[in-house]
Amino acid sequence: MAVTAHIKEHPAYFHRFDVLWTPTVLILDANGIERARNEGYLPNSEFRAQLEMGLARIAFMHKQWVEAERRYTEVAERYPNTSAAPEATYWKGVSRYKVTNDHSALSEVADELKEKYQGSVWALKASIWLH
Amino acid sequence: MAVKWNKDIDAALAAGKAHNKPLLINFSAAPA
Repeated sequence: MAVTAHIKEHPAYFHRFDVLWTPTVLILDANGIERARNEGYLPNSEFRAQLEMGLARIAFMHKQWVEAERRYTEVAERYPNTSAAPEATYWKGVSRYKVTNDHSALSEVADELKEKYQGSVWALKASIWLH
Repeated sequence: MAVKWNKDIDAALAAGKAHNKPLLINFSAAPA
């Protein structure tokens, strides 16, 4: 489902969803709860990656861990050179941990982030899981 | 696949809930 709201046609929608800048893209779950917000233009691959991150986030927030891991893995694999990739890598590890309760899932993604995305904040967040 | 854009957020929210589908909302100020 996709909705477009133009500032001149539907200013009330902007107020309702606290949108102060365009373009802004929101992803809501089926219950209408905002799960992702992207403010500002993005090139095609970055935009697609962020949309798929939103769907992964919905699965994660609904505690659908297997589905979340699958979606985060897809983002990391399909868009390895985007800003979404290190975040997706982090959350695939968290999702895996939620399924298995095995801490090695976290240390594995920490190693992966250190190797592939050393300068990212997600590598820093995962650094506590390094051996 | 072409996106079918709706302009009624409340109708889209209701449809999303009825069909258990997520909703994308694009807020724009671009010239028509």
